[in-house]
Amino acid sequence: MSTERAPWSLRLAAIGGLLFLHFPILVILLYAFTTEENAFTFPPPGLTTQWFGAILERPDFWRALILSLQVAAIATLIAIVLGTLIALATYRRKFFGSDSLSLLIVLPIALPGIVSGIALRSSISVLDIDFSVWTIIIGHATFCIVTVYNNVVARLRRTSNSLLEASMDLGATNWQTFRHVVLPNIATALLAGGMLAFALSFDEIIVTTFTAGQDRTLPIWIFDQLTRPRDRPVTNVAAIIVILTTLVPIYLAYRWTQETRD
Amino acid sequence: MAIATASLPAAPKSPFRRVLTFFYNHPNLTLVMLLLLPMLWMLVFYLGSIGGLLVHSFYYIDDFSGVLQRQFALRTWSDLFTPSHFDVFLRTFSMALAVTLASAIIAFPLAYYMARYASRRMRGLLYLGVMVPLWSSYLVRVYAWKLILADEGIISWTFRSLGAQGILDAILAIPVIGGRSLSFSFLGMFLVFVYIWLPYMILPINAALERVPKSLIEASGDLGAKPGYTFRKVILPLAIPGVIAGSIFTFSLTLGDYIIPQIIGNSAPFIGLAIYRYQGSAGNLPLAAAFTVIPIVVMVVYLLLAKRTGAFEAL
Repeated sequence: MSTERAPWSLRLAAIGGLLFLHFPILVILLYAFTTEENAFTFPPPGLTTQWFGAILERPDFWRALILSLQVAAIATLIAIVLGTLIALATYRRKFFGSDSLSLLIVLPIALPGIVSGIALRSSISVLDIDFSVWTIIIGHATFCIVTVYNNVVARLRRTSNSLLEASMDLGATNWQTFRHVVLPNIATALLAGGMLAFALSFDEIIVTTFTAGQDRTLPIWIFDQLTRPRDRPVTNVAAIIVILTTLVPIYLAYRWTQETRD
Repeated sequence: MAIATASLPAAPKSPFRRVLTFFYNHPNLTLVMLLLLPMLWMLVFYLGSIGGLLVHSFYYIDDFSGVLQRQFALRTWSDLFTPSHFDVFLRTFSMALAVTLASAIIAFPLAYYMARYASRRMRGLLYLGVMVPLWSSYLVRVYAWKLILADEGIISWTFRSLGAQGILDAILAIPVIGGRSLSFSFLGMFLVFVYIWLPYMILPINAALERVPKSLIEASGDLGAKPGYTFRKVILPLAIPGVIAGSIFTFSLTLGDYIIPQIIGNSAPFIGLAIYRYQGSAGNLPLAAAFTVIPIVVMVVYLLLAKRTGAFEAL
């Protein structure tokens, strides 16, 4: 489609949208170097790289980062299993309740996070369960299921049925067909859905605030840090670390899903 | 898959294989087995919790002792429907609507350019360009805006340097949306909401537009439609489910957010903030629970309507 040239008004609007998205990112970048530690003024009074060194001496940051990575990884894994199961069950057949089911799995992401958050918190306290990493993971996995489901179900619907029939006709069992035909077909969809799930979990603060107890995930650490008057720019450095480490996986996931689409 | 039910010659069977064959011959049972785990998860952890919360909305806090009374009553509900709370609903829904419309308007050209005109490489870069802000910390971005909008921030500085302080003052003087400075106004809050949720609008619109077959656009052109007509009659209707899918996010996320109204704006309560305060500092869980019913009902109705348009496929 790239043979056509876009009208200039469209180009302008697209560039405008992109600038709007990235201007604050540049601001974050700039203020990672400011010499002020409690108030930000523009233009910054001076520039320094001290905050990059400061973060190395903050074990609480690294602990929070590792906890967030762990929570996101486990929540994503659970979401991949549950989301794929639902997709396998629903992609070909309509059955009693299948419409309500698709509504049900969208709900955790479509209802405001605070609703899920206080709902989970009140049942955690009613049931007298201790807050732990697992209560965080349960909350996260629940709203991650839908991203995996959507990617997998879309791919399954595009997978030709004759492929499955051929596999079965050639004597493969359900399991063999799943393992050698279905799974390779949905692998990149799983990856794309999983990446999105990971991203959602990694940056989630609203539900986490209610399900976390004493554990501090990265967003909670950032929130604490931002509301404190000292070492403000450290949070900008933290954000930059997150951006840099996620750039490559996002791009790879995009490439993999594109290859199979074309 | 009708052919497969015909009896096949019995192959030598391991117990494992026999189990699989059994499931294959009982598709309904297979369905149950596939759904058992996910359904248990959703019912126990999610619907169970929401249900429990709704039950709480029929309890109440005793006025004198301040103790939670676990007895059925409608007092909490009558506390919910008071004029000051109506203001909160109105404020929140207007904001959510405005944010959704603005996001759609800003997102569409970018998504359209990505899907239709960008080269393969360019498309990858643009995708990255949309995802990076989505992945960078939500909180850090909100605070970055605080510093863009504040009195001593970038926007004021720009206006001052251009000698156009008057224009900014005039904008801030507009009743309702104006305020002491941009970071203490609804206008500022609106900008931040639009900014934060914009990627959630771009991605589904882009997904919907990418699914429009090229042949359809060519056919329309071959039949004599001008580009503008093709856009209105072919492309736009097919993009609508994407816009609706995006609006589910932008609307719902604005509805429940309690962090942005705390940081930006004049601290007038929004639904999310009200729920947060009733649940937390006010210690009135029943009222917080009753409050959540408003966004739940609105979003469920919205989802049921959205589902009809095929928006779920574009999520």
